[in-house]
Amino acid sequence: MTCWETVQAYAFRSIGYGERLLPREDFTLCQHFTLIGSGMIWNVYFGVLALLAGFFLANAVALAKASRHAWVSKPADWFILIFRGSPLFIQFFLAYFLFLELKQAGYLPWLTSAWAGALIVLFLNTAAYSAEIFYGAYQSVPRGEIEAADAYGMTGWKRFRRIIWPTQMRLAWPAYTNEAIFLFHATALVFFSGFPASRQQGDALYYANYFADKTFNPFVPYPILAFYFILLTLVVIGLFGLANRRLNRHLPVVPKIRYRPQILR
Amino acid sequence: MFSFCTDPSTLETAQWFACYLTTGKHQLFYWSFLTVLALLAITAPTALAFGFGGAIAARSNIPPVAWFGKGYIAIVRGVPDIAFFLFFVIALDQGFEWLRHQMLCPDWSEPIRQGNDFLVCPSAKLPLSNAPQWIHEVYGFFLAVLTFAIVFGAFAANVLFGAMRAIPRGQLEAAESYGMTPRQTFWRIIVPQMWVYALPGLSNLWMVLIKATPLLFLLGVEDIVYWARELGGTALERFSDYPHPDWRLWYFLALLIFYLAFTRVSEAVLRRINARLTRGQATIGGT
Repeated sequence: MTCWETVQAYAFRSIGYGERLLPREDFTLCQHFTLIGSGMIWNVYFGVLALLAGFFLANAVALAKASRHAWVSKPADWFILIFRGSPLFIQFFLAYFLFLELKQAGYLPWLTSAWAGALIVLFLNTAAYSAEIFYGAYQSVPRGEIEAADAYGMTGWKRFRRIIWPTQMRLAWPAYTNEAIFLFHATALVFFSGFPASRQQGDALYYANYFADKTFNPFVPYPILAFYFILLTLVVIGLFGLANRRLNRHLPVVPKIRYRPQILR
Repeated sequence: MFSFCTDPSTLETAQWFACYLTTGKHQLFYWSFLTVLALLAITAPTALAFGFGGAIAARSNIPPVAWFGKGYIAIVRGVPDIAFFLFFVIALDQGFEWLRHQMLCPDWSEPIRQGNDFLVCPSAKLPLSNAPQWIHEVYGFFLAVLTFAIVFGAFAANVLFGAMRAIPRGQLEAAESYGMTPRQTFWRIIVPQMWVYALPGLSNLWMVLIKATPLLFLLGVEDIVYWARELGGTALERFSDYPHPDWRLWYFLALLIFYLAFTRVSEAVLRRINARLTRGQATIGGT
């Protein structure tokens, strides 16, 4: 099998297209690259969707946490506490068994599959972490800007949308970039916790682990996995850097995003 | 455990649970919490030592040493740690066996890597194939600790490296003007003072370390996740004195609460340590 044939056979293996059987012996470097890259589709899928949806929930939760009414801020506090105070690994397990119970009771059977169930956990998890970041940024919006808005006669929603929120995003952006990177890294946990991979369709780490188990040689698949993740990290930094430039376009010097890894959650 | 536990099928609910929660397997489950705490207690200082070494190496004036230190710090960036965990456990195991193979069997002629197999001579196997079960478990735990220490050591090195550079320049100049050598400056000025700068980062790292402990399960140690899955799974009447449906949800809920409580307590303790360390410092936090 030439390398091009391998790519054709396995490039979309992780989402169920192409060759049904995974390679079993005589593993080539090309197979490593193709299959692990194919698994990255899932990492990107989980990361992008959870991040997009999580962004909106995080904004809502951050506002709720900043609320003066205890019946609004307390639930937000608890939400953040539960998702930030416990390991994502345990959250995955707990969610999986919860969805399993639901399935047995006859509700929402599709939640037990990774594409939906794990996505929900990642979505809630990133929402909690981002909400904490946005809340901190909300707290550090300069008082002068709000006074200026008052002086212009802006109140309520208008003041929030035009003055507070843009500044809040601008302040939160560097930390939020790091959160996004770690969310992508966290996607590697999906198939190693509760959610089983069906028909050997897994994420990049799933295939890397498959190769390492079969060849008993960790020195090839894991560096390839690392290569893909570094690539993904660079893309995320690039895209968030563009957004950062836009958020700060009124400033003479755009503050740089410093990449500070926080590892695991 | 209790005298009335001889025939569980006849028991009332409260008594049944009293018996069920004290079976031998449940006691192993409770012990595994200690495994997690032991891992934390051993890993935290080890990782700190690795981090200290890494930070010193990164500050070194000798280029190769500095490259090594910076490379060590940088190697954990950009890659999910779970990949490191999976990688290091196999890599360390093979590394140890290879070293022993070189030392113990110098006349072994066959290649170590034969296709998909990693073969060392029998006396170099770790642990030896005739070793008792507990040695296998201790060896697994040791590999896990080492893996955790390597990965978290890199992060600690990053924090300490930053903390060492955060010492006000004037302090170092004062030390120089007293005629201290760089070595003296390091041990008498930098090391005692860096902790207060390192504490926020190290606290953060401690929280992350707590939340990383369930990964022990992936490293093959029989930890709380292992037992929660084992005990929570459906117990059939044929195989168990205490049949019950799938209770894994409740076991994992208990683990979640354990972790929440643990992180909460840690947070409170770290806040107190921080208050204690900032006392008398010329910063906003210190009074």
